[in-house]
Order: sequence, then structure tokens, then C-alpha cells
Amino acid sequence: MALPQITSPHAHSQNSTGDVMRLVLLATLPGLIALTHFFGPGTLYNIVLASITAVTCEAAVLKLRQRPVAFYLRDYSALVTAVLLGLALPPYCPWWIVVVGTSTAILLAKHLYGGLGYNPFNPAMVGYVVLLISFPIDMTQWALPRTVLEEGQTMMGPLSALARMWLETPVDAYSGATPLDLFKHHDGETVQQIYASEALFLEARWAGAGWEWVNLGFLAGGVYLLYKKVFTWHTPVSMLLSLGLMAAFFYDGGSSNSGGSPIFHWLSGGTMLGAFFIATDPVTSATSRRGKLIFGATIGVLLYIIRTWGNYPDAVAFAVLLMNFAAPFIDYYTVPRGYGHEKSRPGRGS
Amino acid sequence: MRKLWDIPGGIHPPEHKEQSLGRSLIDLPLPPIIVLPVSQHLGAPAEPIVAVGDKVLKGQLIASGNETISANVHASTSGIVIAIEERPLPHPSGMNGLCIVIEPDGADQWTELPSCNDYRQLEPPALLERIQAAGIAGMGGAGFPTAVKLGSPLKIETLIVNGTECEPYITADDMLMQTQATDIVRGIELLSFLLKEPREILIGIEDNKPRAIAAMESAVKEAGNEGMEVIALPTKYPSGGEKQLVQMLTGREIPSGKLPAQLGIVCQNVATVLAAYRAVRFGEPLFERITTVTGEAFTEQRNVKVRVGTPISFVLRAHGYDPKHASRLVMGGPMMGFSIINPEAPVIKTTNCLLAPSLQESPPPQPPQACIRCGLCAEACPASLLPQQLYWYARAEDQEKLKAHNLFDCIECGACSYVCPSHIPLVQFYRAAKGDIRRHDIDKKHSDRARKRFELHKERIEAEKAARAKAREEAQAKAKQRNREKAAPTAGKKAPPNDANDKASLVADAVAKAKQAPVTDQKAKLERKLLSANDRLSKLKQKLLETEHSPDQADAIRARIKEAELVSEAVRNQLAELPKDKAPVTPKALAVDAVKPEQAAEPSDALQNELQQQLVLTRKKLADIDPADHDGAAALQLAINVIVQKLENAKTQGPAGTSTATERASNIESDAITAAMARTLDKDKVQD
Repeated sequence: MALPQITSPHAHSQNSTGDVMRLVLLATLPGLIALTHFFGPGTLYNIVLASITAVTCEAAVLKLRQRPVAFYLRDYSALVTAVLLGLALPPYCPWWIVVVGTSTAILLAKHLYGGLGYNPFNPAMVGYVVLLISFPIDMTQWALPRTVLEEGQTMMGPLSALARMWLETPVDAYSGATPLDLFKHHDGETVQQIYASEALFLEARWAGAGWEWVNLGFLAGGVYLLYKKVFTWHTPVSMLLSLGLMAAFFYDGGSSNSGGSPIFHWLSGGTMLGAFFIATDPVTSATSRRGKLIFGATIGVLLYIIRTWGNYPDAVAFAVLLMNFAAPFIDYYTVPRGYGHEKSRPGRGS
Repeated sequence: MRKLWDIPGGIHPPEHKEQSLGRSLIDLPLPPIIVLPVSQHLGAPAEPIVAVGDKVLKGQLIASGNETISANVHASTSGIVIAIEERPLPHPSGMNGLCIVIEPDGADQWTELPSCNDYRQLEPPALLERIQAAGIAGMGGAGFPTAVKLGSPLKIETLIVNGTECEPYITADDMLMQTQATDIVRGIELLSFLLKEPREILIGIEDNKPRAIAAMESAVKEAGNEGMEVIALPTKYPSGGEKQLVQMLTGREIPSGKLPAQLGIVCQNVATVLAAYRAVRFGEPLFERITTVTGEAFTEQRNVKVRVGTPISFVLRAHGYDPKHASRLVMGGPMMGFSIINPEAPVIKTTNCLLAPSLQESPPPQPPQACIRCGLCAEACPASLLPQQLYWYARAEDQEKLKAHNLFDCIECGACSYVCPSHIPLVQFYRAAKGDIRRHDIDKKHSDRARKRFELHKERIEAEKAARAKAREEAQAKAKQRNREKAAPTAGKKAPPNDANDKASLVADAVAKAKQAPVTDQKAKLERKLLSANDRLSKLKQKLLETEHSPDQADAIRARIKEAELVSEAVRNQLAELPKDKAPVTPKALAVDAVKPEQAAEPSDALQNELQQQLVLTRKKLADIDPADHDGAAALQLAINVIVQKLENAKTQGPAGTSTATERASNIESDAITAAMARTLDKDKVQD
């Protein structure tokens, strides 16, 4: 009787890395629907193009590295990177922006470091930052949301969107400032004045037409992932809390120096996408619960600082990448207290 | 309701317990052969006390655990010992080990057992002796000798009885509690008496065993023991780990590297408690246990009473095992059990489960993917470790980091591997890393010892050199001064008494010193000097022996030998010229003086013992030595001869006395040679 020698445990839970990644993809749906509803089909095109690029790059590198291609593609990690980047890119940006960003993410940020699990920086955010620094004009033009279009303007149809992406037909009338841009250049107006004068806010409830719903969509997806225990609450909650505290502290009664209310910051730009889909990337974040709290909270603080006093209107990518640098350092000092030990000894294990 | 504490982490794998609870408990028939390993417990193996061909009776002691941590082994039926040989063991490695093989005669005839109607008449040591004699070892899986655990001299405040059985599939303890609750409670009372009435007795059972809880509760009620409490614990793996159970019931953590007894806590598994009771009450040794036979690859899943030593293959056949449907065969539970490679291995005292899951229940392991640091493992770890960090360090073989991250607090419960979405066999990595570190530590200890020995040796040589140089300087200085004094005509000053002799300045100095210091001190000093010089001489000679193939070195050593001989000669002369106000001062006499007090305190038996040990040690060394090393072997042989000679002398000299002391003194020199040779050989070994 030949019997196999298999080490314990002999039982295994049903989940797999592929399942986790598929859940993440599923959870982006509400946000994606909101984006498409308010800004047209641009984001969908971004995602499709980014996915094709990502899978192609991933397969090519795996082949070059002599790894089983199908086996590694089934972990869906390349697709997650592509989708997150596609969501973050402006709709109707030129096709080559998507291709350059995605291939940078997969080739440079991921595989040059050894592939999934070995990358110190969030690949999607590396791709985004490379694009933002290299092509600032293309990267800062956002379409106007459906609700603020003027008389005679209509949403871009699927075909004109394609033409815009591939032939780069100019559509200046359709793009404009985002709520965060408005706050950056508010020229001495108080918060109340901005809310009363700008169409983006007149058509909105809390934080700018379209954007607030996009963020609520990502919040819903994030809560779903929390419920599914894909990650713990520590990173997103601490990040949102510190961002809110910073906004409350510098709200300044809504004066002309105000950076905007906590609600405004929570529901603007990439806050919720960043909190639940980017900062929670396990590979590049801190490990222990305490570490995650520090990691998330610092991202929130950096996010507010760069948004309010920095040169870029949004800062999720920079804040997250900066903290990716710090993650090993945080890990070093936040090893949890082990069973039977008096207390944790920073950096040396407990 | 008693306050319970939670443990960090933990998992809820599918329980699969109902599978084996559908059928009643039965006795497995007598197998055609019984194979009893001498090591079924943690600690030193027992030593067989029967021979091939002996007839043994059921319950008869056949191998005795003589070491402190060991356990007796008894025959589980009557029959003939047909072999004492290496056989496959139920062990993760699939290795073979010494087993006593019995061919049953079918009569199943008992040996006479010493029963005891009232254990309260006995003292705790006598009770411990009975438990020890019965060969009882922890039946929950670890197999730690029970008498040793109960024999702790520390005061025990809390007795915890472990009926959690948190592993999926296993229901052996559940069945035991359902069917023999009364006797278990009697066993608990026995342990309570033995441990001098602990303040509280907590019986922890997971709440997925309502029938066992009910049975135990009614048994406790019947016994009317106030201090005893049955506690239903929330079901969560690994609540049955000793550390985890202590934490859940008392909120206290056993400090890392300590034992529960140091917190005044003792944990015992329910089956062990019952076995201890039967051992004391009926004198029944541990040779039978309840084992859960479960998994979809069996047509009949149930709990059975199995004799220890029954081949696993026999159990499999009796339960309709279908190898085609089994994905593996496991001894123990699915979380911590190990796969059995050879089904001819026997059931032993710790076999609580034989699990043969089907391919659907336990599919073959999937190929591991990359760790994405998702942290699910850290969330599951009951010891609050960071499993994924440990995994990275284990892969990098970074032993310092592994230790700093408390690898050795890992209880190998498997919760991290269970939850890992990338299917990384984490526990396997930790086991391998632990093994590596243990091996590395042993190596380090050896090399440390060798280095220390070498450093001490160097220090001694340096000190001797420095002392010689100093003595020479002083002597020269004094001689100069004396010469000056002689040259200067100082009237009225009396010359030193021995001045007339006008011997060498060295001697004069010695004599001058002799006036101040007691002569014996000086003699001792010179004697030590002589010994060290001789020691050095013999070492050099040994070295010469080893370097005869390289003439250059040999010449150098010869020169050094000459030098050493001169030193030795000089010291001898100095000794000879000491003032003879006492008995003639010879090295031997001096040594006698030195040895006398020691001798008085030490009977000659002790001396003989010491020599005996030395002899054994040297013989072992000779056995271990590289056969190519003829010089080493010759030297060791010489050493053995010397020791044997000394032993003879010690024996013939009889009781302690001056004669023995003299003998020893004369042996000091040869001792030095032996020691020197041993040292050289050791050094060689380290270099190897």
C-alpha cells in the first residue's frame, strides 16, 4: 500500500488568492457604474484597454521568466492592477496614456521587483504617478459630469468616445475643473461662496456633482470587502478618520483660507477608491493591526497636506506611495505582543 | 456563569464530528500480531526487559522506562515475544524504531494486578509510583509522561481537565466522556488528592459536545464536589492547546519558555485522567485506548477500543478502508496529525484518531502561490505571531529574525496554513526552520566549548610565561642588590645567614623568601610550576608525534622540548634546594599534602567511580576516533592503560589513606599526560 506523505494541516479553507482578487474586482462595480453614469463610457474603455495591456505584459514577463503563465494569470492580480489604474485615469485620455501607465505598472513596478508579493510599491499607483509627472496636461483634464452640461452639450456617445481616445479629437468644451481644482484656486472666496457660485456644487449635495456618488459607490464596494473579510477595518478607517480630522482642524469656519469640510474631502477625488482599494493592498502596506492604523492614518494626513498645500489637486497616489516606503519601517516597530510575552519589543519581535 | 476569556486568532474549520458519532463504541478484536514500540511517549525510550521466546501475560511490564522522563510499556495481550527488532513506527518521518513483537496466544490471560480500594490511604509519592508504573503518558497527543507532570514540587492551585477535543473529526474524548463520566470524575478526584487539593478544578469542554457536557455535569453533581466545575467553551480551533485552554479559562498566559506548573496550573487530558484512575484503583497499565476511525474512505466510521500495538492495517481492514478513495491516511486530526506512510506501523498510546479522508474531503494540496501578505494568517494565529514575516525569514534562513519573531512560540496548530489563500505550507516552513535552528544551536554549543577550552589553555600558558619572566626579573634585581651590598663595606650590618654559602643568586633568593613565606607555600608553588612544565613537555612530545612528517616543524618542536626540559630541570633543582626543615621535600610529598584534604573528603569509592568514568569516556573516544588516525588511537590506548593501572591501584589500596594519596600523587604526572593527550585529540576533532 503506497501512501502519500503530506504534512499537516490536512484541511484547508476554500479561499484562494484568485478568489480574493475576484472579490476586489466585483467590489469596484458600484464605483465604476457611478463613474460611467456621470462621466460617460470613458472609464470603461480605460479599463478594457488597461486589462488587455496588463494581461499581455504579465503573460510576456512570465514567459520570459519561465514561469507557468496560465497558473500565475489565474491569480487575477494583473487584472486588479489594470482595473484600479483604469478607474483612476481621466476618462477619454489618449489610448497611449493607458498603455504606457499599465505597462509601467506591470513591468516596472511589479515584475522588475520579482512579481506578485515582492513589489514594494503599489503598481497601479506607480503607473499613475509616472503618467501624472510625464503628461500633466492629459492627466488633469476630467470630463464634466452629466448633470452640469450646458444647453446644447450632450454626453459623449460610445463612438465619439472611441474617436476621442484613438484620434485625440479635441473636446475642450466637455472637460473642466474638478471640485478639488476649484478649491485649490478659489481666489479668496469663502466655502459658502464657492458652493453658491460653481455649477459643480450647485448640482450637488455635499462634494461636487458626480464625484460624491462615485465616492459613495467605492465606499459601498469597500464595505462589502470588509464584510467579506478581504481586509480588516484598520487601514481605511484610520485613513478616513485622520483625513477628516485634518479637514475639521483646518476648516477655519469656512473662510477663504479653508481647505474644505471633512465631508467634502471624504467624497472628493479618489478618497474612497484610495481608502478601500489602494491603501489596503496587502503587499505594500503594513502588516500588524497597529501598523495598519499608523499606515492608514499617515496616508490620511499626507493626503490632506498635498491636496491643500501641494501642487497637485489630488494626492492619493503620492500619499500611498510615500507610505509604501515607510511600511517596512512601521512593521519593524509594530510587532504584536506574542503569547506569553510581557510586552512587544520594538523591532526585535515580542 | 464563569467568566471566559477569548484567545486571539483561531479558526472554525468544518467539524465532521457527527461522522464517527453515529455508531456505538465497540472493542476491536485481537489482531494476529502485536507490535509495541518502546518509545510511545515523549522522552527516553523504555528498555526491553523481556527476551525473544518469553511468554508474556496481558498487562505485564515488558519494557521499563528507567530515565526520569520516560514511560513503561506493557503487553496488551498474552502471548509469546517473537521478535525485538526495528519496525516501522507511527512517526511523521516514517522511520523505524525498536519494537517488541508479540504473537498473541488467543487466551488474553491477565497478569496479576495490584488493586487498591482506597487511594486516600496512600501518600502522593506512592500514588505517583503507581501511575508511573502503569506507563501512563498524555493521551491527548503529546505523550508526555503523566507521573512527571503530576510530580511537580510546585504548589498547584488550578487543575484543568482538557475535554475540548478541538480538532475536527476526532470524537474519542467525546465518546469517553459520554460513556465513562463517573470514572473520569473519580480520576479527577484522585488527581485533586494527589495535587493536595487545588483551589479550583476546571473541566473544559467545547460546546459542540452537548452530550459529553451533560454526562460530565451529572457525574460532577453526583460526586458532590464543590470545587469542580464543567465549563462549556465556545468552539474554536485551537482551544484545546494547553496554552490556549489556560488562557480561555483563567485569562493568564503561560510565559514563553515556562511550564503551566510555574503558574500553579496543571492540565490533563480526560483520557489520561481516566487512565491514571484505573492505574491506581485497579493497577491497570495503559495498553488500550479509544481511537476514532473516521473519514469517508472507511465504510464504517466509529470509535473503537484498540489495544496499543495493533497494526494500523488491521484497524483499516476492520472498518472497510478503501485505498482508492482515500487521499491520505492520517494519525491524529486533520490540523496537527501526520500522514502514515506504512500502515504496518502500530496504534500507540497517543493515537486518538485514524483519519482517511476521501479526495473530496481532503483534496491533494494545491501548488503554493506567491504570498500577498494578506495577513489572514496573522489574524488566525492563536499565539499572536506574524506568520507571513516568519515565512519570509524562514525562506531567507534568517535565524536571528526567526528567533526575534518568536518562532519557538509557534505551537504548529496549522491555523495559518489553513487560511492561507496562496496555499503556502507555512507550518512546514516553521517546522523545518525550528529543526535548522536547533541543529545550529547544538553545533554552536560544541564550537563554543572548544573555543573556551582553547582560550583558557592560552591564558594559562600566558600566565605561566609572565610568572616566569617576573620571577627571573626579581631574582636578578635582588642578586644585583646583594652584590652591591657585599661590595659596599657596611659595618655593623649582619650578613644574611646563608650568605656564606654564596650559592647561585636564585637559590639565595629562594631561601630569603623561605624565611618570610611558610616553606610549604613555596613548595606548592614550585610543585605547580613543575607540573605545568611537565604538562607542557608531554604535550610537546605528543605534538612531535603528530608532526613527524614535516621535518621543519618537528625541529622547532624538538627545540621547544629541550627548552621545556631545561625549565623542568631548573624547577626540580629549586625544589631540591629548599631548606630541609621539614621532611624531605619531593614533588610526591608535596602532592600528597595537596591531595590529602581532598582525599579526606572523598572516599576511595568516589575515586574509583571517577576513574571508572574516565575510563568509559576514553574508551568511547577511542571508539569514535577516525580509524585513520593511528597516533590518536595509540595515545588514547596509552591513556586507557594508565587509567586501568590507576584503577587497579585504587582498588588494591582500599579505603582512603595516605597510601592512596601517595598513589594519586605519583599519578599526577600521568594524569597530566592523559589530560594533555585528550586535549590534543579534542582539538583535532574540532578542527575536523
